[in-house]
Amino acid sequence: MKIGDLAELAGRNLREALLRNSLTTLGIAVGVASLVAMLSLGVGLQNLANNRLASTGLFDAIFVTQRSNYPGFGRPEGPVITPAGPPRPLDNDARRQLEALPHVAEVYPEIRFPTEIHYAGNPYGTILAGVPQSARNDGAFDGMKGSFFSGPSANEAILQIDLAKQLSKQPDSLLGKEIDVRYAERQALPPAPAGKHAGQDSSSGGFSIVPHEEKLRVVGIVETEPAAGFGGFGRGRLLIPLQVAETLRATQTNDLRDLLRDGPPRQSYESLTVRVNGPTNVKAVEDAIKQMGFSAFSLLDASRNLSLVFAVFDLFLGIFGSLALVVASLGIINTLVMAILERRREIGVLKALGAADRDIRRLFFVEAGAMGLLGGIFGVSIGWLIGHAINLGTNIYLSRRALPGISVTAVPWWMVAAAIAFSIAVSLCAGIYPASRAARLDPVEALRYE
Amino acid sequence: MPSSDKIAIRTDHLTRHYQMGAALVRAAQDVTLDIAAGDFVAVLGSSGSGKSTLLNLIAGLDRPTSGAILAHGRNLAEMTSEELAKYRSHTVGIVFQAFNLLPRMTLEENVELPLRLAEVDRNERTARVREAVERVRLGARLTHRPTELSGGEQQRAALARALVNRPTILLADEPTGNLDSATGDEIMLLLREINETLGVTIVMVTHERPRAERFAHRMIQMSDGKVVSDGAPQ
Repeated sequence: MKIGDLAELAGRNLREALLRNSLTTLGIAVGVASLVAMLSLGVGLQNLANNRLASTGLFDAIFVTQRSNYPGFGRPEGPVITPAGPPRPLDNDARRQLEALPHVAEVYPEIRFPTEIHYAGNPYGTILAGVPQSARNDGAFDGMKGSFFSGPSANEAILQIDLAKQLSKQPDSLLGKEIDVRYAERQALPPAPAGKHAGQDSSSGGFSIVPHEEKLRVVGIVETEPAAGFGGFGRGRLLIPLQVAETLRATQTNDLRDLLRDGPPRQSYESLTVRVNGPTNVKAVEDAIKQMGFSAFSLLDASRNLSLVFAVFDLFLGIFGSLALVVASLGIINTLVMAILERRREIGVLKALGAADRDIRRLFFVEAGAMGLLGGIFGVSIGWLIGHAINLGTNIYLSRRALPGISVTAVPWWMVAAAIAFSIAVSLCAGIYPASRAARLDPVEALRYE
Repeated sequence: MPSSDKIAIRTDHLTRHYQMGAALVRAAQDVTLDIAAGDFVAVLGSSGSGKSTLLNLIAGLDRPTSGAILAHGRNLAEMTSEELAKYRSHTVGIVFQAFNLLPRMTLEENVELPLRLAEVDRNERTARVREAVERVRLGARLTHRPTELSGGEQQRAALARALVNRPTILLADEPTGNLDSATGDEIMLLLREINETLGVTIVMVTHERPRAERFAHRMIQMSDGKVVSDGAPQ
């Protein structure tokens, strides 16, 4: 029999015992809903963790520093290593080379220095940090008040909430206000008349430190401290665009090292953060950076372990969710076995009219598959609603505690397709026994049946 | 004896035994007969004589314990279940005493069912159904369900269903058994018409000797699974 005719006959049979078949389908739907709700929670939590971790910049970032052989500070004590040559400076040339590496999205320095804010006639000491424009999109500033910087060169500032509370009892009132920021500016000294580096550079390599003041407009306030990788801007309380921070020529700790270095005077970076296109490329880029003669560090392995934990978590949620579907499959077996008893004579008639065993088997399979399909679609819808209810409940709970909203469940398209396919597969498996039994019916016996 | 190319059905030492509890039931024993193409044969006998067993064996619904059944030269005993299903679909049409129409389908859908099973093209089905239904003069009742039809109409619908795949052999198991005398005669007249106009070989199981004598060309009497007499009606 052609599939269209099989489907039509199966539909007719299913409509015949509407209540029983609807209840069986509902049983499957409940099973699928339980599976989808469990998996959506697992996937949602995984997404949440991944997004939160991604917003830290830990998993697609490589922290690059100049290679050093200083003992101590976490390095094991041992024989002093005499380097083959001076360590390669982490300067603008190095930055350009790092930017040219494949899979590198951006390279930015850690710029952080102490400042003094003057607001309403009072001074407030704090740490200023430069924030790259890309931080806007990676979730580090989710839930902030006000807005992110209007541009990479805008003289604007975002305040960490604790600092904002120091400046004003009503932190929100600071939005749009101007603050004066005073910092130590590095100013190059004029060329030495008969110095070591005379004729090589416009400066002597030395510099003086002078106080400088800059006006910034407050555009945002972050409730929680935005994380930003290993160095980054996380510990800063006054955040400004990185491009602006770089032009301020503020004195930083590595300036002293630059002063002592042989050769022409050249400004270097304390560290550079290399952002990679996707965690999968981190290893290759990290190796390439080490080949270039720098120290590099990433949290790739931690990321892998996290994925493994969630894979196991999802597996167990899936197994528990599937249990209800397995129970529902017993309902399908029961319904179809009942159908064989009720339609025994009809099966005999069909065989007398030319139906092969295969046709009868396929007819019962289509009926089981149709219940699986309908139950799957209905179940996915219920599971999706349960997921939304969980999200809603969670967000109500969070909003009562003045915390930003999150999504703890997720029903991606692959889950919809997989759940329906799984529902059909389980239903077809449940249909194997009844379908075989119906196909094996002796037509003479079946026709004799009253 | 007719030549083999004119034989529609041949049984050769056909035996069908089956176990019923501890007892061995000899439903058909060493039945050997030829039925010519286009013949109208009535198989008579009391209850348990083996006439329905013989019909089921010829229909390919049952398999013999031993012996052979040849339909147009092909031995049903050697066919696979798939081949037997094809044989039932294309070569034979079967009519039952209890009509066996599917109650949730209309007359049209019931008659269309063998065409679905035979995978006949959907466009061709409507014409084939109409042709079969017109032949049994039920053209006006196409959309009616079996419960809305009289007994005679139901049996005529069953006849249309049996004929829709244009079989060469029509097997009827007590076709008038559930009908009153007048309606029974109508059905018998219809069977005769089918036999004469379409040349379909008819094997009819019945216990109504007078009716068999009026309509059949040949009467086979069975008793205890054996053929006890075989010949033209008196």
